[in-house]
Amino acid sequence: MTEEYIHIILADDDEDDRLLFTDAFKELRINTKVNTFNDGVELMDYLNSPNAILPNILFLDLNMPKKNGIECLHEIKKIEKFSDIAIAIFSTSSSEEHIQETFVQGANIYIKKPSDYLTLKKVLAEVITINWQYHTSGLNKENFLLRI
Amino acid sequence: MKIFFKFDFNSVCRKVLEKKLIEYNIKHNIIGFGEVEILEKIDTINFLEFTESLKEFGIDIIENQKSVLVQKIKDSIIEIIHSPELINVKFSIYLSEKLSHSYGYLSSLFSDVTYTSIENYIILQKIEYAKQLIVSSDLSLTEIAFQLNYSSVAYLSTQFKNVTGITPSAFQEIITRRRELANKNKAT
Repeated sequence: MTEEYIHIILADDDEDDRLLFTDAFKELRINTKVNTFNDGVELMDYLNSPNAILPNILFLDLNMPKKNGIECLHEIKKIEKFSDIAIAIFSTSSSEEHIQETFVQGANIYIKKPSDYLTLKKVLAEVITINWQYHTSGLNKENFLLRI
Repeated sequence: MKIFFKFDFNSVCRKVLEKKLIEYNIKHNIIGFGEVEILEKIDTINFLEFTESLKEFGIDIIENQKSVLVQKIKDSIIEIIHSPELINVKFSIYLSEKLSHSYGYLSSLFSDVTYTSIENYIILQKIEYAKQLIVSSDLSLTEIAFQLNYSSVAYLSTQFKNVTGITPSAFQEIITRRRELANKNKAT
């Protein structure tokens, strides 16, 4: 059996967050490969490089220096070869208007950053599991919206 | 002259398997009868050649058959949800009769392979179908609830919200606004 795994990219300028996320991914039952980037510029440089391995799912922190999550989202949505990537935005904001706007701009998943590690782990497990179903069952990503 | 041999099936199979694993450079650990742990990620082409080479000995990989069965479960679930004649049947009975396995077996196999339960998968697929109908048909939410065999529109709305985190009307609005945005971008 060739090993199946889900390829994740995480862009977040906070080192503690990056550590928490990668730790949480490691504990999932689904095998994951995780790449991390410290800001939006680093992320976009990588994605646009010819040898980039495109992720199944991309976690974008909304507030990053140099290029924030929404700017990255806009750029990614303009490029055809990125259309298969599920995009998860995480933010501390829970303003309805803001959330809806983020979805309209093309995000698939909106995560309100949980304040404790256990909830974060639970939330990420749910996101990855649902994304896995979309990935393996060929579900329509256009209709993939998840707020958690 | 006739000679009679005595076979030890267990060790014959084990030896064949081991030789092939070594021949194809696959780092492994033979756990027990018919069970091998692969210790590193293998190149897909090499793996295909390896499995092909085992076939002349009558050795086949069960994992693939499991995946095939899981695919059949998924197909049957979609078949039920999309068919007005079947939507009232009980999933567990339909699946076990159609696939000739007990529901308990199907259900644990499904969870092992897909990381989710059959029940959750059914809900996910029903909500996916509801989404599809919301954005592409003229049906009202009440009609969609009826078509998907929900006891009430409130129950569909609640389940929709539980699965996606948003209400059906918010979903519809987001998709509509997205399409408008896409058209606007195309126009400029």
